[in-house]
Amino acid sequence: MTSTNLAYFSNGAIYACLAIFTIAFFAHTYEVSWSVKNVEGHDRTEFDLNKTARAGRLGTAMMVLGFIILGIADLTRGLSAHRVPWGNMYEFSITGAFMLTGAFLFAYVKYKVRWLGLPVSISVLLTLGTAITVLYRPSAPLVPALKSPWLAIHVLAAIISGGVFLVANLVAATYLLMEKYEKRGGRPQWAEKIPSLENLDQLSYRLVAFVFPLWTFAVIAGAIWAESAWGKYWSWDPKETWAFITWVAYAAYLHARVTVGWRGRRAAWLCIFAGSTFLFNYIWVNIWGTGLHTYSGL
Amino acid sequence: MSETKATVPDIGFIGLLRWAWRQLTSMRTALILLMLLGVAAIPGSLFPQRNQNPQRVDAYFKSDPTLAKWMDRLHLFNVYASPWFSAIYLLLFISLIGCVLPRTFHHLAAIGKKPPLTPRNLDRMEGYRIVAADPDLALATAATWLKRHRFRIRIEENSISAEKGYGRETGNLLFHLSLILILVGVALGSLFGMKGEAILNVGDRFINTPTSYDNINYGKFQGQGSLIPFSLTVTNFAATYDPVTSQPSNYVLTTQIANPVGSTPKTVVIKVNKPWTSGSTKVYLQANGYSPIVTVRDKSGHITFQGPVIFLPQDSNLSSLGAIKIPDMTPQIGFIASFIPTAGSSAKRGIFSTYPEVLDPRLVLSAWEGNLGLDSGNPQSVYSLDTSKMAKIGLKALTLGSTYDFGVGSITFDGWRDWVNLQIVDDPGKLYALYGAIFAILGLLISLFTRQRRIWVKVGNDVEIAGLAKNGIPGLEEELVALARALDESKGGAA
Repeated sequence: MTSTNLAYFSNGAIYACLAIFTIAFFAHTYEVSWSVKNVEGHDRTEFDLNKTARAGRLGTAMMVLGFIILGIADLTRGLSAHRVPWGNMYEFSITGAFMLTGAFLFAYVKYKVRWLGLPVSISVLLTLGTAITVLYRPSAPLVPALKSPWLAIHVLAAIISGGVFLVANLVAATYLLMEKYEKRGGRPQWAEKIPSLENLDQLSYRLVAFVFPLWTFAVIAGAIWAESAWGKYWSWDPKETWAFITWVAYAAYLHARVTVGWRGRRAAWLCIFAGSTFLFNYIWVNIWGTGLHTYSGL
Repeated sequence: MSETKATVPDIGFIGLLRWAWRQLTSMRTALILLMLLGVAAIPGSLFPQRNQNPQRVDAYFKSDPTLAKWMDRLHLFNVYASPWFSAIYLLLFISLIGCVLPRTFHHLAAIGKKPPLTPRNLDRMEGYRIVAADPDLALATAATWLKRHRFRIRIEENSISAEKGYGRETGNLLFHLSLILILVGVALGSLFGMKGEAILNVGDRFINTPTSYDNINYGKFQGQGSLIPFSLTVTNFAATYDPVTSQPSNYVLTTQIANPVGSTPKTVVIKVNKPWTSGSTKVYLQANGYSPIVTVRDKSGHITFQGPVIFLPQDSNLSSLGAIKIPDMTPQIGFIASFIPTAGSSAKRGIFSTYPEVLDPRLVLSAWEGNLGLDSGNPQSVYSLDTSKMAKIGLKALTLGSTYDFGVGSITFDGWRDWVNLQIVDDPGKLYALYGAIFAILGLLISLFTRQRRIWVKVGNDVEIAGLAKNGIPGLEEELVALARALDESKGGAA
């Protein structure tokens, strides 16, 4: 196939993914909402997830299929431009969605966290939808500043860290929700399969502790690259600044947990705050900010 | 007042200093300072910074001078060099040193030492259990097992205290010491470094002296004598563009560099990600553009100006704006001109550039006569014309080689040249920052992936074991089970 054909094929695969993740999203929604059971003589609603287990399995199957097709879309996009598929915001977004789905499937295999499928499928849909409508750019060779082996290293490290930070955020948010339920007298039935508060707390900490060195590396790799491309390893460009803020926020989170002994709600809020600085960097700085990191329109 | 006196004992001046030092170097203060540094970095990304985007700072001053003046007083246009930002990171730096240095000495001293004594009551510890083991053999078996699993052990009269995972603290300290090294590197760079820029046409020769620069900044402890004596001649510049998107795909700058001046020049190719390096000085290719070449003649046909004039690119298709000033004619003549590399036109936009490479160039001129204002004493931009004392006398779009007769003279569009903007940077601190960064990551990996824990075995009426894992890291329980099994098996072997 020629480069143009490959790029068209990649676009088609992205549209297919939109459809697949929509099915996954509806399957997960159905799994939760159709499991409602009326209890005789009680005001309270109960959930019977066994009733809708097939919908849940369909959701997971669609996530796997979506992961594969998204991987193919990403690969063909890279092949069409003869380079790594993260040269602009559009490509960064589809690769990021791919990593997020991958992180979910890994967590699913290891910790049986199907409940995460609902928030993950929404996040992937939103990312892909924004990517193909707002951020889309035709496949093209890189601008000179991006022609460096550091593109593969720096951006890949940033994408993986971002994917794991977001999963940690979803886990921390789930912690807060579950804690609220338990304070009010118990979880609703649909939430009973979700791990205990202690496990959720530990899981989000472990995800952050695992990926914090990688994020540190991403920032440092960026500084080394900036030194050879822009002549200064640190110039307080908005993206650099926010990457630094994210780093500081997670460093504070780790210190708060390890040294000061924060657990539970306070730690979860700090984790979500740190994650939001990453999201802010990804969305605001790319679209509305100005600085050295703005390439090819976006 | 009397109440406060009662709670604060008279500690004297030294005592007060000691108290302040302890406050500053406490973990809580360090954490607050760290968060504060993050928060303080935010305004610099929201407001334009003078050293990054001076035009946008000027726009603030134009649209609301009072507000801008107040923002400037708060250093909001120069956040990262402001006193309050410096104060936060200096305090954090001191707090870090005060926190990390004593811990380093403490840790170094602990390396040769044995683990702490076995606590009196083991049943308060994690994973406490009584093991069915032979009391006479238990200590020896446990010692062998613990040594095989690379614990450090202290053998006491009727107990063993064991510890593993000192690497956690080693990594932790390495990480924080490396951060200090990074800060030292940053400080060296800003105190002893230098940064400057120069725009050169293809064919020009640059000699590395302060006067050759368009702008140059020195670090606090760095003077003019520090520039390394090289000369650089721009022999060729080639830019290639993607025909579909008009984006640049490659820039190649070919130069002849003589280092030091007078030595045999060598051909050096500089690209965007490939600067030329000599010691701690680097030469970067930063930007490029076009200089149209014109010849201006007076009425009698006498040449009053000839040569390339640097124009500044305005968009991604390199439409470029500039000014051509002829002070040696009476009255003085000036042109506001735009250079269009590949001309296209529409009813709405007039002539505009459709591609960044020069394929079908135009030079669009508006001619002015009067006083250029060069003698007024006020510094003037070479890229714009001060038309306050001038009158417009004509407008013309020239194709390559054509001439425009504006009455008192004529101007011919002879050709064009590429220009490049070179950035020359000397940063003697960056190697320290790089080493700091590498060690920081190493330290982080070591400290986050090492589990530190203690295990105790005590023989009294029963054989008791227990442990303690730092920060409740999982995995201790499995180890205690394995140790219990080893003790249990030794009993079987003895019987």
